[in-house]
Amino acid sequence: MSQAMLDLLWRSFWETIIMTGFSGLISLVAGLPLALILILTDRGGLAENLWINRSLGAVINGFRSVPFIILLVALIPVTRFIVGTSLGTWASIVPLSIAATPYYARIAEVSLREVDRGLIEAARSMGATRWTIVREVLVPEALPSLVAGFTVTLVTLVGASAMAGAIGAGGLGDLAIRYGYQRFQTEIMLAVVAILIVLVSGVQWIGDRLVERLDHRIVKR
Amino acid sequence: MNTQAINILAHAVAQAQPKAASGDIVVKLTDVRRSFGETPAIDSVSLSVMRGEILGIIGRSGAGKSTLIRCLNGLERPDSGSVQVEGVEITALDERRLQPVRRRIGMVFQHFNLLSAKTVEDNIALPLKIEGQSRAQRRKRVAELLELVGLSDKAKNYPAQLSGGQKQRVGIARALAAKPSLLLSDEATSALDPETTRAILALLKDINRQLGLTILLITHEMEVIRRVADRVIVLDRGRIVEEGPVWQVFANPAADTTKSMLQVLIPELPPVLRERLDPATGDDAVVRVRLSGDAARRPFFAGLAEATGIGVRLLHGGIDTVQDEPVGTLFLGLPARDRAALEKAVQYLNANADHVEVLGYVSGDA
Repeated sequence: MSQAMLDLLWRSFWETIIMTGFSGLISLVAGLPLALILILTDRGGLAENLWINRSLGAVINGFRSVPFIILLVALIPVTRFIVGTSLGTWASIVPLSIAATPYYARIAEVSLREVDRGLIEAARSMGATRWTIVREVLVPEALPSLVAGFTVTLVTLVGASAMAGAIGAGGLGDLAIRYGYQRFQTEIMLAVVAILIVLVSGVQWIGDRLVERLDHRIVKR
Repeated sequence: MNTQAINILAHAVAQAQPKAASGDIVVKLTDVRRSFGETPAIDSVSLSVMRGEILGIIGRSGAGKSTLIRCLNGLERPDSGSVQVEGVEITALDERRLQPVRRRIGMVFQHFNLLSAKTVEDNIALPLKIEGQSRAQRRKRVAELLELVGLSDKAKNYPAQLSGGQKQRVGIARALAAKPSLLLSDEATSALDPETTRAILALLKDINRQLGLTILLITHEMEVIRRVADRVIVLDRGRIVEEGPVWQVFANPAADTTKSMLQVLIPELPPVLRERLDPATGDDAVVRVRLSGDAARRPFFAGLAEATGIGVRLLHGGIDTVQDEPVGTLFLGLPARDRAALEKAVQYLNANADHVEVLGYVSGDA
C-alpha cells in the first residue's frame, strides 16, 4: 500500500473519530435530559405531565422514523445555519447529532425506567426534592446501564458516519465506498473493515470495563 | 450495642425534641379512607400513635397495611379523612410542603431500598444531605449511627457486599439519621431469617427504649408484635377489627382474624391426644385453660389441690411472657372418675383463669 493510501486511511480514521466522538457527546448531553423529561412527566412520574410527555415522545419518534440518509439531506439548511457550510466533516456532526440524540434518549429512558421504584419511594420518604431524586437516585442508580447504552449509541454512530460521505464528510466508511467499492481496490476495503472492527471492539471494550467499574449491584471478587 | 453511642444519640434526640408529656400524640388519623378503583384499601381507619410507644399494625397481605403506613408520610394520599403529624394536617399539603414533614419521619423498608451506587456511609448520609448539612456534620453523625447499629467497619462497603441483616441495619441507621420523631417500619424483618429478625427487632426495641423514639411498625407476623410492640392494631380488609395492649390481645383475642393469626403462637392440643378424646366419658378430663396477668402469677396448681383435693397433670402448653406479662395456654389432665370433684375443680379454674373449657375425656395412659 502506498504512502498516499496510508495517509488517506489515517485521515479518514480521524474524520470518523471526530464525527462519532462529537456527535456522540452531543447526543449524550442532549439525550439524557430528554430521557429524564420522558421519565419524570410520564404517568405516575415525579412531575407527571402527559401533554409534555406525549408531545416529546411524538417528536422523538418522528426523528427516529426518518432514514438517516434522508435526514442528512433534509437538514442541510439547518447545518448551513449552524456551521456555516453544509459540506465536510464538521458539518456532518449536525445531522449525526440530531439523529443520535433521540436514539440515545430512548435508550436512556429504558435505563432510567429500570431503577427500582422502591429507591425513589425511599428518597421521597426522606423528604427529597425532585431534583435531589434525579441527582442522587435516578442517574447514579442507572449509571452502569446509561453507560452501556451510550456505548451502543457510539457504535451505531460509527456505522451512520459512513453515510455522511454523501455530504463530503469523509471518514472510513466513505473511503471504503469510494476506493474499495467503486474503484475495486480490495486491499483498501479490507484495511477499512479491519480498522472498523478494531475501533468498534475498542469502544465496546472500554464501555464494558467502565460499566463493570461503575456497577456495585453485584459483589466483585 | 454500644452504650456510649446510645447516650450520645439520646442526648442529641433529647435536644432535638423537648421531652413531651406522656400521652402526647405524634400522629392522629381520623376516618381515613383510600380505595384503588372499586375496592377500598383502607376503610374508615382512625388511630393515634402516642409518643414513645411501639405500635404494631398486623394484618394479612392485602389488609391495607402498606397503604395505611404510606398515608402517614404522604407517600399515599387518602381519598378522605384527616392525617395529623405532630399537629399538622398533612392531607392538604402539596408535595413541596410535605418534604419538611417527611424529614421528621424515618422509614425502614422490607427490601431495604438502599442505593446500590452509594457506600454504606453515603447511604446513611443521604437524609442529612437532603437536610443541607455540611460534609463535616454529616461525617460526624454517620459515625455515631454506624456505631449505634454496629457496622462501623462497613462504612466504605457497598450494600451488595452486606448480608440481609446488615442491610437492614444500614436502613435503620439511615432512617434515624435526621433525628426523626417517628420511625415507620414497613415489614422490616419480613425478608430476614428468624435469627436476624430477632436481632433487628432487639435493635428497634433498644432504640425505642434508649432514645424514646416512637415506632410504628406493620407486619404480618404475630411473632414480631409479640417481641417488640406495646400496643397492637389488627387490620382486616382495610378496617381495624381489634386493638389494645399486646399482652391483653394475646391473652384474650376477640376478633376472628386475631385468633387465626395468633394460632401459630398459641399451643394446640397435640394430635395424639386429640384423636383419643371421648366427648362423654373417660379416666381423665382434658381441660384447656387460658391464663394471663395476675392469675398466671398465683400458685395455681397448689391452690387447685388445696381447694379440691385433686391432683392435676400438665399435659401440654405453658406460660409465655408478652410485654413482661405472663400469658399462656395450658392443657390439664384432671381425674374424671369422681364427677363431683371434677365439677369443683372446673369451678375453681373458672374463678382463677381467663377461660376454661373441658375438651373431652381420655382413658388409659394420657
